[in-house]
Amino acid sequence: MTLAAIIFAGILTYFTRMTMIALINRDMLGDKIKAVLEYVPSAVFPAIIFPGIFINDFGTFIEINDPKIFGALVAVIVGYFSKNVIATIFSGLLSYWLIIFVF
Amino acid sequence: MLTKKQLFTRGMLDISPHMLSVIPFGIICGAIGVELGFHPYLVYAMSFIIFGGASQIVFLQLLSGGASSLVAVASVGIINSRHLLYGAVLSEYLEKLSFIKKLLISYVVVDQGFAESNKFFKKNRNEEFLHYHLIGTGCTMWVCWQIATLSGIVLGSFVPEELGLKFAIPLTFIAIVVQDLKKLDHVIVMITCGLSSLLFFDAPFKSYIIISPVIALFIAALLLRLKK
Repeated sequence: MTLAAIIFAGILTYFTRMTMIALINRDMLGDKIKAVLEYVPSAVFPAIIFPGIFINDFGTFIEINDPKIFGALVAVIVGYFSKNVIATIFSGLLSYWLIIFVF
Repeated sequence: MLTKKQLFTRGMLDISPHMLSVIPFGIICGAIGVELGFHPYLVYAMSFIIFGGASQIVFLQLLSGGASSLVAVASVGIINSRHLLYGAVLSEYLEKLSFIKKLLISYVVVDQGFAESNKFFKKNRNEEFLHYHLIGTGCTMWVCWQIATLSGIVLGSFVPEELGLKFAIPLTFIAIVVQDLKKLDHVIVMITCGLSSLLFFDAPFKSYIIISPVIALFIAALLLRLKK
């Protein structure tokens, strides 16, 4: 039973990946839509970033002094200037750990 | 002109820093599945059949919480519907491929792979075998995800929970979008998406993950109109 549900979920997921790549012809999208699609990364990823920082495991908002906010700010600053993915992730994690383990 | 092998390797290299957050997250995903009481084979089958990080955890949490399979399947579909947007962006670079190749390559389209390959595509439009970059990012992600979830299933949550490694996921996506903070229009779009995701976080079926990008793209369309 669970396996059947997993297979359905898998087929559905595959269709979300495949539909626009294989079934839609690029000419069907006008220039205006193509221009808007330039914004896809900026329009999608904050929906993963914001809840990952501001909402805890129980689905409620974190306090304003939560170490995750500090970690995220450090990661933004380090990432902006270093342009380096590893430095961004590490600086965010380290500053987060610094607060929860040291202070 | 880069060869297929060079492009594939470049894709692997471009996505590998993200494994810093993907691997711990995969271990956590595998371990949670077993902790929730699901058979290890089923938990692993998800990594192969669904191959979609957060949606796998949500699926198992819903089922173990007593939700119907229909609700669980629908939630996975809605969480992963963001791939439609990735596909729309990538289709420009993949349109010359045969239908079969498009069907195969679709299986490995993931968030970080899309982000890194899209950046590469924009700078190297004229390469003939561009899609090998996407295969490189996608396959790297696939292999790491399988190994990570498997280790979580077999060894349990050997990543200490106190480390809060789930926090590495938002960090990895910060690394992806942070350079676009230089552009005011992108900043507006990002803030719109982020605030909407918090506002609609309690919407049914985790639909905030597609509602907020749609709102943000609507704002992007308005901004484009204002620019003219």
